Formats: sequence, C-alpha cells, structure tokens
Amino acid sequence: MSTRLFGARIKRNIDPQLLRGEGSFIDDIPLAQALHVAFVRSPFARARINSIDISAAVAHPGVAAVYTCDNVGPLDIEMPLLIPHSSMHDARTQRPLARDDVYYVGQTVAMVVAVDRYTAEDAAALVDVDYDPRDVEIDLEKAILDDAPLVHDTHERNVAAHFVQVCGYPDSAIAQAEHVTKIRVQVDRSTAAPMECRAVAAQFDEVTGELTVWDGTQAPISVRGGLASIFKLDEDKVRVIAPNVGGGFGQKVLLFYPDELLVPMAAMQLGRPVKYIEDRRENFVGSSQERTQIHFMELYAKKTGEVIALRDSFLHDTGAFIPYGIAVAQVASTSIAGPYRIPNIWVEFKAIYTPTVPVTPYRGCGRPQACFAIERAMDQLADELGLDRFEIRRRNLIADHEFPYDREGLIFADGLKVSLDSGQYHKALAMMEERLDAPSFAAEQAKARAEGKHLGLGLAFYVEGTGLGPYEGGHVRIHPITGKVYVNTGLTSQGQGHDTVFAQIAADQLGVKPEDVILVEGDTKAFDWGVATFASRAAVVSGNAIHKSAMIVKRKALQAAANMLEADVGDVELKDGAAWIKGTDRKVPLSAVATATNPLRYAFNEAAQAATQFAPASRHDGPSLDEGEHPGLEATDYYSPPCATWAYGVHGALIEVDPELCSVTIRKYVCIHDCGNMINPMIVEGQVMGGIAQGLGGAMYERIEFDETGNMLNANFVDFLVPYATEIPDVEIHHLETPSPLNALGVKGVGEAGCIAVGAVVASGVEDALKALGGGTFRHTPITPSMIHAALDAA
Amino acid sequence: MARGKIKPKLPQSSDDPRVSVKLTVNGEEVTREVSVRMLLSDFLRHELGLTGTHVGCEHGICGACTIVMDGKAARSCLTFAVQASGREIRTIESLADPDGTLHPLQQAFQDCHGLQCGYCTPGMIMNILSHLESDAEIDLSDAGVREILAGNLCRCTGYQNIIAAVRRAADHMAPKAGQE
Ligand code: FES
Ligand code: FES
Repeated sequence: MSTRLFGARIKRNIDPQLLRGEGSFIDDIPLAQALHVAFVRSPFARARINSIDISAAVAHPGVAAVYTCDNVGPLDIEMPLLIPHSSMHDARTQRPLARDDVYYVGQTVAMVVAVDRYTAEDAAALVDVDYDPRDVEIDLEKAILDDAPLVHDTHERNVAAHFVQVCGYPDSAIAQAEHVTKIRVQVDRSTAAPMECRAVAAQFDEVTGELTVWDGTQAPISVRGGLASIFKLDEDKVRVIAPNVGGGFGQKVLLFYPDELLVPMAAMQLGRPVKYIEDRRENFVGSSQERTQIHFMELYAKKTGEVIALRDSFLHDTGAFIPYGIAVAQVASTSIAGPYRIPNIWVEFKAIYTPTVPVTPYRGCGRPQACFAIERAMDQLADELGLDRFEIRRRNLIADHEFPYDREGLIFADGLKVSLDSGQYHKALAMMEERLDAPSFAAEQAKARAEGKHLGLGLAFYVEGTGLGPYEGGHVRIHPITGKVYVNTGLTSQGQGHDTVFAQIAADQLGVKPEDVILVEGDTKAFDWGVATFASRAAVVSGNAIHKSAMIVKRKALQAAANMLEADVGDVELKDGAAWIKGTDRKVPLSAVATATNPLRYAFNEAAQAATQFAPASRHDGPSLDEGEHPGLEATDYYSPPCATWAYGVHGALIEVDPELCSVTIRKYVCIHDCGNMINPMIVEGQVMGGIAQGLGGAMYERIEFDETGNMLNANFVDFLVPYATEIPDVEIHHLETPSPLNALGVKGVGEAGCIAVGAVVASGVEDALKALGGGTFRHTPITPSMIHAALDAA
Repeated sequence: MARGKIKPKLPQSSDDPRVSVKLTVNGEEVTREVSVRMLLSDFLRHELGLTGTHVGCEHGICGACTIVMDGKAARSCLTFAVQASGREIRTIESLADPDGTLHPLQQAFQDCHGLQCGYCTPGMIMNILSHLESDAEIDLSDAGVREILAGNLCRCTGYQNIIAAVRRAADHMAPKAGQE
C-alpha cells in the first residue's frame, strides 16, 4: 500500500449497498406501527385566518390526532432565526403551524396524523379553514414600491434587510474612469428538486426517555440542538440520524422545517413512531427555494478595458420569511467581482419579502447570480470597447503572483475576510481558448451562417469561496478485533461520496485499504461536534480534521508497534494493514497493535491474550496506563479554517440556436476548473458534471412560476422541467490543481462549482449566435424559447 | 409521553375496503390483503419490505419507482397493487447474486461512477435492464442511450456516467461470439 490513495480514482465504498437496493433512506427504515402525517396548507399567498374547524378530520376513521397552533404547546412559536445579522431588523421566521396569518401558498396550517398517508390526506381535506385573503404583490420590483401590499406589516416596502459593503475607494476610482458600462440582469427562481424529497421520522422510547429522529437533513447536530432546547430535553436523550439521503443541494440545510419539530412532538405525545414523507408537490410549495435576484451593475473602466471600479445594487427575493438570514445575498455580494482584480467595489443589496416559499441556499447560494451579473457585464464592456471576450478577461484577471488577493472591506458569509488564496486564472483561460479553438471560431461561425446555421460561443469565469468554518472534527480509531479503521465526523452525505474520500485520507496515513475504512457520519450518537454539510466545505474542513486525527493515530500505532517489534520507531512503517520493520518481513497486524494498546483483563482471542495482565509483555510495575495515556489507537482532532478557500474555473460552449424553433443546442461544452488538490478526481468530476446539469436546468428550463395571486403554476415535474439525459450534452472536464495554501491537504471545495457559470455561458453563447440577426441581449435566465422568440421579433 | 400516563387509544387501520392480491415478486409468489387504493410502490416497499424501489414524484415523471412487470419497465407509482395481481414483477433486489455479487449492470454503474446519492439508481437500472434484456435491437449511440434513459430523472450525476455505464453493461452482457 505504498502508493498514495489521495488523488486516486478509487471506486466508492457506498455503491454496492445502494446498487443492490439496500440503502436506508428515511422511508426505508422499518418502524413498527408508524403513524403518517399529512399537512393542511394555505391556498392563499396572504390571508388572515378567521377560524379552523378540525372536527370532521378528528372524527375520520383512522385518524390519530389533528394539530393546529392551539394544541402544539411549546411549538406555537416563531422558529429560530439561524444566522442573525445586523442588516436585518425584527427578522421574520415561520411558525410550525400558522397562527392568525398565512404568508405563502403552501404554508402549513394544520397537521393530521393517521394510520397511513392515504387516510391522513383524506382527513386533511376535511379540515375547514376560513380565510380572509389579502392583496399581494409577487413582482420583486413592484414589491418595494411605497404602495405595495405588505407581507409583514412590520416591514415597510417589504425590505427585510439592507446592506452595503465597500472595498477600496470606489468614489475616487469612478471619477477617473474613461468608460462606464451599465447593465441590468435577472436570474429567476428555481428549486433544488432533490430526487428524494424531505422526510422525517421519529420514535420515542418511553423506557430510556430517548427521542430518535431520522431526518434527511444536512445538519443533524444543529437539529438535535434545536430539538433539545425547544422541547427542553437533555441533549443526550435526543439522537438525530441523517441516514442515506437522496440529494440535498442546500434545500436540506435549513432547519427547522415545520415537520422537523411537529413529527418528533407527535411521536412523543402519541407513543407511536410517526413519519412525514414529503411528496413532490409539497417539496415545491413547502421546501425552500432560491435564485431570484435583479442586479444593476456598473463597471468603470479605462479605455484599455481595465476595470477600476464596480458598483452593484441588487434586489434579493427572500420569500415570505428569512430564517437563514442574509447568507445567499451576502455570498452573492462578496463574489460580485469574480476573478477580476477590480480593486474598488461598492455593493449594496436589499432582501425583499414576497408572499412566496421562503428562500434559503440552493447549490450555488448566490454565486450563480453574482457570476451572471459580472460575466454579462464583462461581455458588454468588451463589446462596447471593441475587445474580444477573452481579451477583456485577460486584462482583468488576477495574476498568479498577486495571490493571496484580499478584498479588504468585504466580509464573507462566514464572517471572515474575502481573500482569494491561490489560482492560475490566466492559464485556465488560455486552456479554454485552446479547447474551444477560439481563434478560428469567427471563421467557423461565418461558415455556419452561410449554411443557415447560427452558432455562438459562450464563455464565463467563476470563483467560489469554499470550505467555510467555523470548524469540523474527525474521530479515527483502529478497531482492535478487525483492524479496520473507523472514522467519524459531524457531517452528512447526500451522494458526495464522503465515505470514500475520507477513507482515502485516513488510509494514506494508516496503511490500510480504503474499503477497510468505515465512515459513520450523520448520527449524533456517533459524533456530535461539528456543523453541517453546506458551502462546499466537507473535503476542506472535515477532510483536514480527519487527516490530523489520522496522523495522531499513526504516531501512536508506530510507537506501540515499535515496542512490540522491539525496533526503533523510525524503522517502523504502516502498510497493508500491518506495522512492519522497514525492509524486512517482520510485522505485526494493526489489529494486534490496537489490542495491545488496550490493557485487558479478559482475553477473547489470541491477540488479546498478549494484552492481559499476566502476559509477559504487560507491565507489572504500576498502572497499566500512565497518567494522561489513553487506551487503544484512537484520536479526535479538529480543523477550523482561517477563512474560505477560493476555487475557480472557466466554462465555455459552442451553442447553436435555431431561429425558427427558437431552440438552443449545445454542440460542445468545456469546463476547466481548479479545486486545489483533488482527493478523488472521479468524484470531483461527478460533482462538477452534476452541477453543470443543474446549471443547464437553471439556464434554460427551470423556473418556478407564480401567478399574480401567488399560486405556483408548476409545482410538479410535468411543468417544472428538470432536464433528462436528452437535454444534457456531453461535457469535457479539465483539471488544474493549484493547492490551497490554507490547509495541510491543499484542497478546496467543489460541491457547488459546476452550476455557477452555466447561466452566463448559455446567455453569452445565445447572444453571440443571434448577433447577426439582431437578436439583442440576453440578461435574464432561464432563457426560454419564448424569450428568444421575443428577442428575434423585436429585431 | 411520560410512562405514568394512560396510553391514548389510537386507531390501527383505516376504513378502506380491502382486496386480496396475489402476484409473483422476484420469483416468489406473494398474497396479501391490502387497501384497494394502495399503490404498487407502497405495496412493494411497505407490505413486502422491498424498499429498494424508490418514489420520487408519484406522478409518473421521475422514473425512480420503475420496476419490471411481465418483462417491461413500469412505473410502480402509477399502478395500484391490485392491478398487479397475477403479474410477474422484478425489483432491484433481484439483481445481485445471493452472496451480494453485483449484476453486470450494477457493476457497470459502480465502475463508471454512475450514481451519487443512489436514489434514482434502482429505477434507472430496472428501466435499462428491461431494454438490455429485450429482444429488440438496442441503439447504443449517444442519442440512442439518452433515449433509453429519457424516462428517468437524476439530479446528481448529469447522466454522462450513466450513459457510460449502459454501454459498459451492454458490452459485458452481450453474448460473446461462440457462446450462443
Ligand atoms: S415516483 Fe413513479 S415516476 Fe416518479
Ligand atoms: S444519483 Fe442522486 S438522483 Fe441520481
């Protein structure tokens, strides 16, 4: 095992189980006699509740209980504001069950618990709610006008937060500008649409007083903290498990959704397991969404194209509530200058309440919007100055020697500075130019046009602040019987292959096979220090914590093995599951080393005999463990990043637009990206490719549509178009690996990377393709056939 | 629920009319009394405990619930259990050998990294399997494979690796020359 596993394309440990259909997603976990939940949801975007009559539902056969805000005891509260920030005043969060008012279509008003979901839904239809509907304004730009109807009477012009950040001296720089380009861009609302909807199950053990909650969350430790504090339970009596989870993409990092509190409450009250398995419609109307932002950006440049200042003012739609604080808008605002030097920045946003599903991070978390704004603005600047799109970028990209490049004055979503830590931006751009054969594209485009085809080149660069704090931990232990390595961390996985990449990290230190490393995460009983899976942070934060712990265990194992082999510790190495005296065939298996470090009274196998008190190798001159010494080969350590580490990349595409069908076909799509050292390139490529597919969905197909009364028009997969294989092109992925100087492994995050640039790539390609037809500009995604039709009509 | 409290009296079943269904699942004959409106997906998952078949939309679009019924791919979320009476059904649980060795199609998914969260995977595999096992010629061109997959959504992978897995499996499963 002397070859390094870090960097290898190791197949995933978790796959066989999932492939055999033996995964344990929440609804797969058998809970005897479980009761099932269905919700009564508001049909109005904004209304006053006059009365709720549950009598018919209660009397319905098979119903165990019906809850409204009047009988949920400690849950008749506004749920926690997760990330407080001074830019918000009196931030509004949702109540598990509505009291007096409803604020969006889909908001939970009552909960029915019954013997099965079929019956629960029947009974939910029998709950009679008398509403008094109010006026609403769904349009973001109209919602901020003086006479707009208010979502919350407490918030004038529906402004939930207002925040300005400044870097450098924008005013004086602007005075020196020779050219200014102004642009308005818009990205519409979308949703994560994980293939497994959200799910929660809970069971209360009356004997031990322990509440177990299975929750498809990205943040089980925080969920446990909240449950313990709201229900006033001892933390040790609450166990939260996120088992296999079918995709999360940010939607599952929000806590609390109403069901995450109400289901445990019902399980405790009714004494039977209770399950809530969200259906697809509920996922659309009841689980967080993201994306709508409207940016007004101004780039102040020299005639050369060098941008010396940027001003951006944007509106961010936060939906009816703002439980996750300003995180999405803050990430957008601090990513706004992208990979460019632009030393002077003024960026402002207003987060606006609209009577719609609340907005919290969805994969990308503000970055796609920021990227769309700056990249479309760069294209426009190039156009105005008569420069090539590659050239304008070359003139502004941060050069290798300028790293770390600080954006003093901007504070990232982790409360720490924005410091782009490393990269080879120019090289990435050059690679893209070559891969797309950009210099000969104009000729190709002209030739295609002569044949009646409309080809365009799309291009966009992105940066991604990843690996946010505060911290994560890693626990590593070598099992004394099997010699297998057990690793724990506080995260959860929704398909990212943590069990494999963390195994690679630990196995490199301990000289075992990656399949002999067993990761247990997402269970507060296994490890309960840490935060959550979000912001492309797992590999960086938990990865480095596990690396540190594994190094400690390695040191202990070498020392113990040296004693057993009567060798000098410097002469011992770990490989193939054993400790060896280097260059000889003398070895002792890791299991035996682990056993020997654990002083025993009772022997249970051969290795254990050597660890008992009368064995020759045991100490007979005092305590078996010295003061401060711990039994076994085990360690726990933590990693807390000094600030985010910035990954980046550039995407490019050759796009064909059919002006008659107004259809867009991607002929070639290239992604050059750099997430620092790669632990497992196969998994990295999978993350990137999946992100690009999601990005293409957002660029061309996926838009949540509300009518003017706030009803969602496409809350299903028939009308909300998640791309199938027939819509996603082949993608060429190329890697650069510039190590992050911020952590020992040199890694950066990659989870969100793929989706960030896609909208800007498609828009710039479509615009380029239709230029000869006078198709105008494309500054609004998703780009639908109707938008292309309208653009061509106006030409 | 405190231990000292009288337990609430809770219902055990709904009022739904029930019907007897008898079908063959993964080669085994099963008979159950179920609600007339129980979906086949719920029947497989919760009556039989075969939870490998997943449910992603319950309206026939995502394909996560795909099973093979009488040799053809079918959506178990759009089928009532009672409609499956007398039919022969195969689910993902029938593919691997009893010792756990993966079926070549499953192995191809692992080899090509054709799954991430694995939620869509059983439905994908059952759909692909119905094509690979059918007598009809299959088109393994890029467009052809994408067409095979066109009834299954995957939110994680971007499909590229699934396409590679289909090709690899087709290759492994094709009768080698001289073996026919
Ligand atoms: S669950 Fe049956 S098609 Fe989606
Ligand atoms: S692997 Fe997650 S949906 Fe396909």
